[in-house]
Amino acid sequence: MNTVTMESPKDLPKRKSRMQKIVKEITRKKVTLISSIFIMILIIAAIIGPWITPYNPAAPDYSNILSPPSLAHIFGTDAYGRDIFSRILAGTQISLSVSVSAVLIGAVIGTILGLVSGFFGKLVDKLIMRVCDVLFAFPDIILAIGIVAILGPGLRNVVIAVAFFSVPSFARLVRGTTLEVKEQLFVESARSMGASRRRIIFKHIFPETLPSIMVYFTMSIGTTILAAASLSFLGLGADPSTPDWGAMLSTSRDYIGSAFHVVFFPGLIIFLTVLSFNVFGDGLREILDPKLKD
Amino acid sequence: MRILNLIPLLIIVSFVVFMFVHIIPGDPARLLAGQDATREEVELARSVLNLDKPLLQQYFIYMSGLFVGDLGFSIKSGASVAQIISDRILPSLGLTFASIVWATVVGMLIGILSATFRNRWPDQLGMLTAISGISLPNFWVGLVIIQIFSVQLGWFPTGGAGSWQSYIMPSFALGAGIMAIIARFTRSSLVESLKQDYIRTGRSKGLGKGSIVFGHALKNSLIPVITVTGLQFGFLLGGSVVVETVFSFPGLGTLLIDSIQFRDYPVIQALILLFALQFILVNFIVDIIYGFVNPKIRYD
Repeated sequence: MNTVTMESPKDLPKRKSRMQKIVKEITRKKVTLISSIFIMILIIAAIIGPWITPYNPAAPDYSNILSPPSLAHIFGTDAYGRDIFSRILAGTQISLSVSVSAVLIGAVIGTILGLVSGFFGKLVDKLIMRVCDVLFAFPDIILAIGIVAILGPGLRNVVIAVAFFSVPSFARLVRGTTLEVKEQLFVESARSMGASRRRIIFKHIFPETLPSIMVYFTMSIGTTILAAASLSFLGLGADPSTPDWGAMLSTSRDYIGSAFHVVFFPGLIIFLTVLSFNVFGDGLREILDPKLKD
Repeated sequence: MRILNLIPLLIIVSFVVFMFVHIIPGDPARLLAGQDATREEVELARSVLNLDKPLLQQYFIYMSGLFVGDLGFSIKSGASVAQIISDRILPSLGLTFASIVWATVVGMLIGILSATFRNRWPDQLGMLTAISGISLPNFWVGLVIIQIFSVQLGWFPTGGAGSWQSYIMPSFALGAGIMAIIARFTRSSLVESLKQDYIRTGRSKGLGKGSIVFGHALKNSLIPVITVTGLQFGFLLGGSVVVETVFSFPGLGTLLIDSIQFRDYPVIQALILLFALQFILVNFIVDIIYGFVNPKIRYD
């Protein structure tokens, strides 16, 4: 009981100041700040988007098909007369939640595997790394296509497929840091004080791996949005009627010659979203991993 | 020695791909025999596919088939899978090659310019191009350039692989991401090299900027660039599936998507194996080049 009361006041201000430092650093660099603002707008759109669309994103309006951008429809309408802006807004939730949940699943499984692999070493390590090697032998999208071919198309299976190919990268990343941290003095002293292996892994080693996990997590969201959109574009992901960004591009590509805007805007929003996650991830890396600063 | 290390990986990868046909939902024998086949016909199909034999024996039959180029038969057309693939492989290889060549040349140029003019406008412009390149959905780039250069300007064909012109737009869309990654790695690697002591020595001897960058620093920056190019090759193979679909390009990527829609499992299985083998092979070659560029690394 004594240790608990002793730990918290010492740890709390340190952690708070670190968080404040990160926020301060983010606001200092202009591109990182802009990208974080854009990500915040996306998150808000993902939460309340479906309720604030100017038009019903699913309601067709056959008197108003493929009309170019105008004041009434700022991104124009699609082949069924549906408002493209409303569909993009409603689709933010789908596109973000698919990629965030896929990376989250991949990160959790990968982190646990990496910690176990790095901490225990020997046969366990060899086995886990061998499995990762096999997964690495398949190019990401090909692996995902293979998995979707087995499980069938659909967003749930896209999440599984994308999570699957994120696992080995996280495992390798975390294993590397674990190997470094394991040798450090504070882990040694925790061990000598009789801390259990589980406590050492989760209380001492895991927090040290967190910065690199956070950076890689942010960067992966960008890649994952692209991968999920690609799968939907290929007809292996979201149902064509859902306002998923990739599916919107897939269904509208036949009209590109007559109405360029149906393809342009969904693609633009994918690009801006991925760009802001990548820029933000870059900024985060510079802050959390000063070694990489040049 | 390196080849010996590769063998267990190849065996496991081939086994995983072999298992593919066993974990798919539904019965491949029924699929081959057709929807309204009789029980006997399905059983016949099962023995044609060797599915009635023990699993390990099936794997050996599959592997010995692989060594003589027997990849089975397409459910859709009945033609041999090896034949179908060999009809499509050349355009795909051409596309991949064209993409990696322009991406490496342009990517390294941007990286060199950025590192030489670090923190000045060429650097900022170069890195903006690079991070945009990584973030662009390649299918969207494809659709946009079709609209501009084929539909409106009429410079290039919208699809197919009939002439060399039809390779230009797909390889642009496919290479953009890799170009961006190569640019970033060239820059950071060169920036690192330019900090080294021998560069300072060169500078103090009065060597010009060009001679320092091209004559000394660049050579030592190549290793990470080569590695990353190899690793990103998988990205290129995956991207080719998407880009080929956009341009209706008659390659392995469109074949994969067609086969998935038709549930033509022997073709899917062979293609996934082929993509994995290409990726493993490229990384193996990269390892070897690595040794040549940096003689300090020896595998023994």
